Amino acid sequence: MTVTTYSSTPLPRRRKSAAHWVLRALGVLILVLVIWRVYTVGMAENYPASFWISQALNGLVLGGVYALVALGYTLVYGILLMINFAHGEVVMIGGFAGFFALQFFTAIGWLEGSAALVAFALLLIVGAGMLASVLTGVTLERVAYRPLRGAPRLVPLISAIGASLFLQYSVLLIFGVSPRVYQKPALIAGGFRVGDVFVPYTGVIIFATSLLLMLALYLIVQRSKLGKAMRAVAEDKGTAALMGIDVNQVIVFTFILGSALAGAAGVMLGFHNTIVKFNSGFILGLKAFTAAVLGGIGNIPGAMMGALLLGLIEAIGPSALGIPTEYKDIISFSVLVLILIFRPSGLLGEVLSEKKA
Amino acid sequence: MLVLDQIHTYYDRIHALKGVSLTVQQGEIVTLIGSNGAGKSTTLRTISGLLNPRMGSITLDGEPIDHLPAHEITRLGISHSPEGRKIFARLTVEENLELGAFARKDKPGIREDMNRVMDLFPRLRERLHQRGGTLSGGEQQMLAIGRALMSRPRILLLDEPSMGLAPLLVEQIFRIIENINEQGTTILLVEQNAHVALSIANRAYVMETGVIVLEGPAAEVLASPQVREAYLGG
Ligand SMILES: Nc1ncnc2c1ncn2[C@@H]1O[C@H](COP(=O)(O)OP(=O)(O)O)[C@@H](O)[C@H]1O
Ligand SMILES: [Mg+2]
Repeated sequence: MTVTTYSSTPLPRRRKSAAHWVLRALGVLILVLVIWRVYTVGMAENYPASFWISQALNGLVLGGVYALVALGYTLVYGILLMINFAHGEVVMIGGFAGFFALQFFTAIGWLEGSAALVAFALLLIVGAGMLASVLTGVTLERVAYRPLRGAPRLVPLISAIGASLFLQYSVLLIFGVSPRVYQKPALIAGGFRVGDVFVPYTGVIIFATSLLLMLALYLIVQRSKLGKAMRAVAEDKGTAALMGIDVNQVIVFTFILGSALAGAAGVMLGFHNTIVKFNSGFILGLKAFTAAVLGGIGNIPGAMMGALLLGLIEAIGPSALGIPTEYKDIISFSVLVLILIFRPSGLLGEVLSEKKA
Repeated sequence: MLVLDQIHTYYDRIHALKGVSLTVQQGEIVTLIGSNGAGKSTTLRTISGLLNPRMGSITLDGEPIDHLPAHEITRLGISHSPEGRKIFARLTVEENLELGAFARKDKPGIREDMNRVMDLFPRLRERLHQRGGTLSGGEQQMLAIGRALMSRPRILLLDEPSMGLAPLLVEQIFRIIENINEQGTTILLVEQNAHVALSIANRAYVMETGVIVLEGPAAEVLASPQVREAYLGG
């Protein structure tokens, strides 16, 4: 039986080692290179303002979806101090479920029906993705993480990586390597123009849905009884149990919330990227994790902010740096490395620890 | 109503309780005193289910509760205000109190108890929307007791409510504890501050290194040479 202890004393400052300074120097070097590159290449291209605006809009759409995924990492981390490395696969499975639901509603003709019918079908498609992801997430918690609770922190992490590979290759085995292609309903395939900027309908729908889901999450965590219990469990499991809170139930609830957001993200990414396949969740998961770390892992507003920022960086970065968009992942992961070097607690991390004191 | 019979509790290989037996009757204030490391907090943690005894039994009104998880024990009417207060620092005072009533469904009753707690501790009313972590030590202790009362417990377990408080505040807190008891809540009070604890208790147990070494009516325990020498400075 473990007894959680309440620690209000700050961690002692670690002495800065030589490696630390080498890393810092490396980080500064990267930053200088980035700025030089933006200055000499990105600016020299002379793209029109409308180009940057549409890139930025695209970045916000992507960032909104990243935020939904990043929240899953941050919620679970906040409660269990564990990185759920299989979370990307939870998103991918939501994407698959959404694809099959989309196929079903296409087959029965709802997607060529009235606007209301299409909207209703889309809602059900997102719902199907959420349901599949929730089932996956809750199973993961029960099978891969709960039996290891109380073990050293590295152990559930390894279990999570194992679960991630297990889910990827199970999907590979069942559905094969070929990607599933999302067909947008004709009604939402187009877009509209604001000046020189083209805005796709799906982008607007995805961004609005992401914001709505984030708002819903925020309200649940801040206002609902279970949300308050979640925050209590995040602070101190033993004392939370003394309040009559069933800690296991709250942990399951946390996985349900995170996975539901992941499922919605999986479906929306399906529409955005047009495809989903067995390894769709892998890089995405790492990026959302980056976003969560960028904002300060465990911090809910941080995850939202970090994800929107990362989406913007990723959308604007390739053009600004003059590198091909296929290499945009390099940018995200450089961001991860840079934060880990300069500000491991993330952008909002410090604020949190001050408030905690 | 609460009976511990030959309880043995371990922290891994550390044998912290070595056959502790004690009883608490309805309406009493019972105090458990002893020096630092005697096993007082361990006893409370074992009762409230944070720890599981390896041997022995705990019954509440004759029903065994030693195998139940902590949240179910709370729901049976045992409320534990832990050592070091352990209020939720990032939650507001109001949220802390609401969580105390987590297992309850009777909204009007919860409101009523919220008001009762704030009447007992008017300071909490002023600080209702502040984060728990911003309160002073004394206010945190009031919040911890208030939060424990919010489950409307039949038995309140208090672990060193006087810890780290100025004498005047200690006196005030102990008057409130007596007041809570007069309103019908049974109290098991753990204290290192033996003198104050014995002055409000009906009965007392004295603990040393995991065993009960003395028990009896508080006045007798207070008068015993053993206790005078060990805890009250002769
Ligand atoms: N979390 C823990 N892990 C290991 N040993 C503990 C823990 N808590 C208490 N102990 C040990 O159990 C014994 C009783 O401690 P405790 O119940 O806290 O005493 P008291 O409350 O009377 O000061 C002590 O020897 C203490 O070192
Ligand atoms: Mg103690």
